[in-house]
Amino acid sequence: MGHERRLRFKTLVMVLAMVLCANTGDLLLKRGMNQIGVVQLSFSGLTHAFRLTISNPTIWLAIAFLLGFLVFYMTVLSWADYSYVMPAGAFGYALVTLLAVLFLGETVTTRRWFGVVLICAGVFLVGQTKPRTTEAAT
Amino acid sequence: MMLRSAVLLAAFILGGSTGEIAITHGMKSVGEPVRLRPRFVLHFLGRAVRNGWFWTGVPLLAFAFYVLLVLLSWEPISVVIPASALSYVVGTLGAKYLLKEEVSPKRWAGVLLVCAGVALVAAS
Repeated sequence: MGHERRLRFKTLVMVLAMVLCANTGDLLLKRGMNQIGVVQLSFSGLTHAFRLTISNPTIWLAIAFLLGFLVFYMTVLSWADYSYVMPAGAFGYALVTLLAVLFLGETVTTRRWFGVVLICAGVFLVGQTKPRTTEAAT
Repeated sequence: MMLRSAVLLAAFILGGSTGEIAITHGMKSVGEPVRLRPRFVLHFLGRAVRNGWFWTGVPLLAFAFYVLLVLLSWEPISVVIPASALSYVVGTLGAKYLLKEEVSPKRWAGVLLVCAGVALVAAS
């Protein structure tokens, strides 16, 4: 593989790994916070919510996936542009919609499909730009 | 959305974007792993966690993360995520002016499509 193709390929693999970890983590986080309920914005409310948060296993599982996401994110950002990786990561929203339709049999509104099309078009455009536009640090 | 939610949303977007920009700057100065094998990635992570920019970014991300937790308990996710799609634009501005990345018209077009798309997907 040429240098440019190899750069694109490894960036793509890392972005996919990032997206999978982030989506799983977010889903678990939402589930965990639903178990905790509404957080009151007062000192006692926040400390109470904090105690519930750190003693919730679902939240910890979510944190593990989000840490995995952070590792992939840090690694890809060591060579690729932030303005390349960040929008490309939005592909996760499209992926989640497709998975929900294929495996959960969910129905998806026209508006949501339109959003998925916009995201895919946007990621496609960003994907055509050079993954790295800054010089390597010496 | 109430004013207090709007303030938290702004704090989430700014905290998250500046945190990620600080981490990007740190990772660029650490330099990429020689090869994408666990040993080299671990070595890379070891150097990354001794980078000052990384430790500038992490508290900002932690702050943004906790702000998001509070925000999600006040407002439905179908409101929070579409509104937070603005962070794609804020982050790209940061990449252009702080990280000096070249954001070509094509990349801008992609970012704006992604921003609109995320807002639509999450709103429904």
